[in-house]
Amino acid sequence: MEIGLVHYLIVAAALFTIGVFGIFVNRKNVIIILMSIELVLLSVNINLVAFSAFLHDISGQIFALMVLTVAAAEAAVGLAILVAYFRNRGGIAVEDINLMKG
Amino acid sequence: MILSAIAFYVLAAIAVVSAFAVISARNPVHSVLFLILTFFSGAGLFVLMGAEFLAMLLVVVYVGAVAVLFLFVVMMLDVDFVELKQGFLNYLPVGALVAIALFVELALVAGAASQAAGPHRAPHAAGEVTNAEAIGRVLYTDYMLLFQLAGLVLFVAMIGAIVLTLRHREGVRKQDIARQVGRTRAQAVELKDVRPGQGLGGGLG
Repeated sequence: MEIGLVHYLIVAAALFTIGVFGIFVNRKNVIIILMSIELVLLSVNINLVAFSAFLHDISGQIFALMVLTVAAAEAAVGLAILVAYFRNRGGIAVEDINLMKG
Repeated sequence: MILSAIAFYVLAAIAVVSAFAVISARNPVHSVLFLILTFFSGAGLFVLMGAEFLAMLLVVVYVGAVAVLFLFVVMMLDVDFVELKQGFLNYLPVGALVAIALFVELALVAGAASQAAGPHRAPHAAGEVTNAEAIGRVLYTDYMLLFQLAGLVLFVAMIGAIVLTLRHREGVRKQDIARQVGRTRAQAVELKDVRPGQGLGGGLG
């Protein structure tokens, strides 16, 4: 059986769903939430590359490159915020992160 | 053809299963390792689609940099992760509901998109340029500004991460160049008028 565009889109949809599900379920662990965001961005990249490959337009892969860049920057800044927060508060429980609530 | 189909199913299954393991593993170190596996499988899918350059980039950037960063932070923070796992079941119903709705929607869109995109499909022409060359041809010409913007994003993120984690500690001896350069002769040298035969202290003479 031939592997078409829809197969890749289904895989990307599954990864996206798992990422969103991870954000919902792991409400206390920021590190898992960051990893779930990485999963979501990976699924977006799979979608972009799949459309790029099946429509024969290289622009999709350029855009996937940009998504990759932003994902790497986001991971670095997110983990830096996490480290700074851990130093100040001594924990990373999400429910305690309400200093800016007013 | 059958081989690429088998490769697709194996890689897709590994990607989905390990992605689920990322969010359900008890130990966050295991989560990071499963994340590496997920990205590796994703890179394999990219190779199947003919995007070799992005596949290698995914391996280098994610497995080489981001995953190691995650591992480093997970191991550096002294957190009781078992306690953080509490409440997993509380959020399970609503999370599952949203996840199922999302997946059904995305699958519907994927089916519709593949029907719409069907006529555009064409077999790969022989003698095409390689994937990296094709990307390079447009990346440095049509998308030059986007490329520079990506560099700027990385630069700002790097500065931001350094500023966020830099910590000034008291009582640590280190070089202060401004103080060294700003020092004058009057601060540094003191002339004593010592008489012959007497020491500076005067006690021993």
